[in-house]
Amino acid sequence: MTKGPLSRNKLIDRVFKITALVATVVGLVFLSVLIIDILIDGLGRVSWSFLTSFPSRRPERAGILSAIVGTLWVMGLTALFSFPLGVCAGIYLEEYAKKGVLTKLVEINIANLAGVPSIIYGLLGLGIFVRTLALERSVISGALTLTLLILPIIITTTRESLKAIPFSIREASYALGATLWQTILRQVLPVAMPGILTGTILALSRAIGETAPLIAIGALTYIAFLPESVFDPFTVLPIQTFNWVSRPQKGFATNAAAAIIVLLLLTLIMNSIAIYLRHRFQRRIKW
Amino acid sequence: MLYGKKNGLKTTILAISLALAAVTAGTQDAYAERKLIKVDGSSTVFPITEAVAEEFQIEKRGKVMVTVGISGTGGGFKKFCRGESDVSDASRPIKPTEVELCRKNGIEYIELPVAYDGLAVMVNTKNEWVDYLTVKELKKIWEPGAQRKLTGWSQIRPGWPERQIHLFGPGVDSGSFDYFTKAIVGKEGASRGDFTASEDDNVLVQGIATDPYALGFFGLAYYEFNKDKLKLVPIDDENDANGKGPILPSLATVNNGTYQPLSRPIFIYVSKNSAAKPEVEEFVSFYLENAPGLTQEVGYIPLPDEAYGLAIKKFENRTVGTVFGGKGSKTGVKIEELLR
Repeated sequence: MTKGPLSRNKLIDRVFKITALVATVVGLVFLSVLIIDILIDGLGRVSWSFLTSFPSRRPERAGILSAIVGTLWVMGLTALFSFPLGVCAGIYLEEYAKKGVLTKLVEINIANLAGVPSIIYGLLGLGIFVRTLALERSVISGALTLTLLILPIIITTTRESLKAIPFSIREASYALGATLWQTILRQVLPVAMPGILTGTILALSRAIGETAPLIAIGALTYIAFLPESVFDPFTVLPIQTFNWVSRPQKGFATNAAAAIIVLLLLTLIMNSIAIYLRHRFQRRIKW
Repeated sequence: MLYGKKNGLKTTILAISLALAAVTAGTQDAYAERKLIKVDGSSTVFPITEAVAEEFQIEKRGKVMVTVGISGTGGGFKKFCRGESDVSDASRPIKPTEVELCRKNGIEYIELPVAYDGLAVMVNTKNEWVDYLTVKELKKIWEPGAQRKLTGWSQIRPGWPERQIHLFGPGVDSGSFDYFTKAIVGKEGASRGDFTASEDDNVLVQGIATDPYALGFFGLAYYEFNKDKLKLVPIDDENDANGKGPILPSLATVNNGTYQPLSRPIFIYVSKNSAAKPEVEEFVSFYLENAPGLTQEVGYIPLPDEAYGLAIKKFENRTVGTVFGGKGSKTGVKIEELLR
C-alpha cells in the first residue's frame, strides 16, 4: 500500500480516538476516586439512626432527618412548580409565539439566565419571596427560588425537544383537521416528552445540590423538627453537610461524608426515575 | 398514548405528595401548639447555641422549637435589626452602622457575653526553634509592611533557620481575622496580604500540619480537636500586669484573662421585644445557666462563674444597649466591664 491521504487520515482517526478515550478516562478516574474516598469515610456511618435523628452537637448522636425531609419537601415543590411552568413556557415560545425581534430577545435572555450564578437567584428570592411577598424563610420560599433557578434549563430543553420533531408529523395532523392545540397535545408532546423529562430531572438534580441560594434566602443550619406546612422553616442536605465539614471534631467529617452518600443516592434515584420514564414513553412511539 | 402520559404524570405527583405526607404524618400531634425561637448569626458562636438549643428542646419536650442559622455576625445583625430573629449570635460587639439600623427599626437589644474564644498561634510539630513569640514579633510578621519583605524565619529572631516562612490565617471576612489584626497590628483589617487564607479552619489545620515551616492562627477550638497534629505557641504580651512571660492558651489562662491579647468574649444579642415572650425569656435564662458546661463540651472556654451571674442579672433587668459604644472590637476588655 502506498502512503497517501488515506493512511494519513487513518492515523488522524486513531489519534482522535485515543484523545477521546483519555478524556473519558480522566473524568471517570476523578469521579471514582472521589466516590471511593467518600465511601471509605462515610459508609460505616450510614445507618437507620443516622437517617432518623436530628442534628446534635455530639457527632455520634447527630443525624440528617430534618435535612432529608427538608430536601424532599423543597425538591417536591420545586418539581411541582417548575415542570408545568417550564413546559408551558417552552411550548408557547416554540409553537405559538410569532418569530420576531421580541421573541428572539426573550430567547436570548432565557439562554443567558441559565448561566447566571445561583447566588444571584438566592438574593432575588430573598428580595421577592422572603421580604416583598412575606413568605419568610420557609420551604415555599426555597422551592420558588430553586424554581426560578432551573426554569431556564427546563424551557430550553422543552424547546429543543419540540424542535427535534419532524415537521411532517404536524402537517399530517393538520391534514386530518386537527387544531394546533390538538396537534401539540396528541402528536408533538408525547414524542417530545422523553427529552423534556430528561431535561427536567437533570435540572432538578442540579437544584438538589444547591447550597448558596438557599443560604441566601435564610435556610437554617440547626433545626430539630420537621416542616408541617410549606410555610415552615427548613434545612437541606447540602447545608447540613457544609456545616459539618467546617467543624473541628473528626466525627463531623465522617457525618458529612455519610450525608454526601445519602445525597448521591437521592440523585441516583432521581436519575433512575428519569431513565425509566424515558423508556416508558419511547416504547409507545410508532410512526 | 395520551392515557399513558397523563397517567405517568399523575403517578409522579401522587408519589411526591405521598412521600411528603408520609414523612410528616406521624408528627402532626406534637406540633399542635408549637412556639418558635429564631436565632441567627456568627458561625463561631453557632456550636454553643446549637448545644443549648438541643438541650433546651429536650427539656421542653417539643413544645418549643429553636432554629439556628449561620449568616455570619454581620448578616445576623442585618436580620436581627429588621426584627427577623429573636436572638443574634455575634463573635464581636455590634458596630455603629448596625446600632443605627436597629435604632431606625425600633429594635432594642440586650448584649450578653456567653463565652471566650481564644485565638491560638500554631506551628508544625517538627518546628523545634519556636519556643514562644512576643506580640511585637507577631506584629513584625503580620503587619502590612511585612508583605514580601519579611519572608524568612531568621528575620523574626536571629538564630532561627534561614528558611522561608509560610503563613496561614482565616479569611479576611471572618471575625477572627478582624480581632487578630486589631489585637496584634493595632488596626482592624490591617494585615499583609501574602498568606494562605481560608474560611474553613480545617484547611488551615491541614496546611500547618503538613508544612514544617508554617505559622498560622485560628480559633482555639480547632486546636483542641487536633492536638496531635499541631504545636501551640505561647504568647508574651510583655505586660506583667496580666501574667509574666510567655503564656500558653488554655482553659485556665483564657478564663482568668492572662492569655492576652488573643482571647475575646463572644456574645448573644437578645431583642427586648422578643424577651417579652415567655419562651424566649426561658431560652435565654437556660442559655446562661447551662453555658459553662456546654461551652467547654464544644471546645470553647467559659467565662468566670460570677460573670454568668452578672449576665443573668443584666438580662433580668433588661439592660439594653452596648457597652462598646458601638465601636466594634476592643482588646483586653475585662468581663466585669461588659456586664455593668
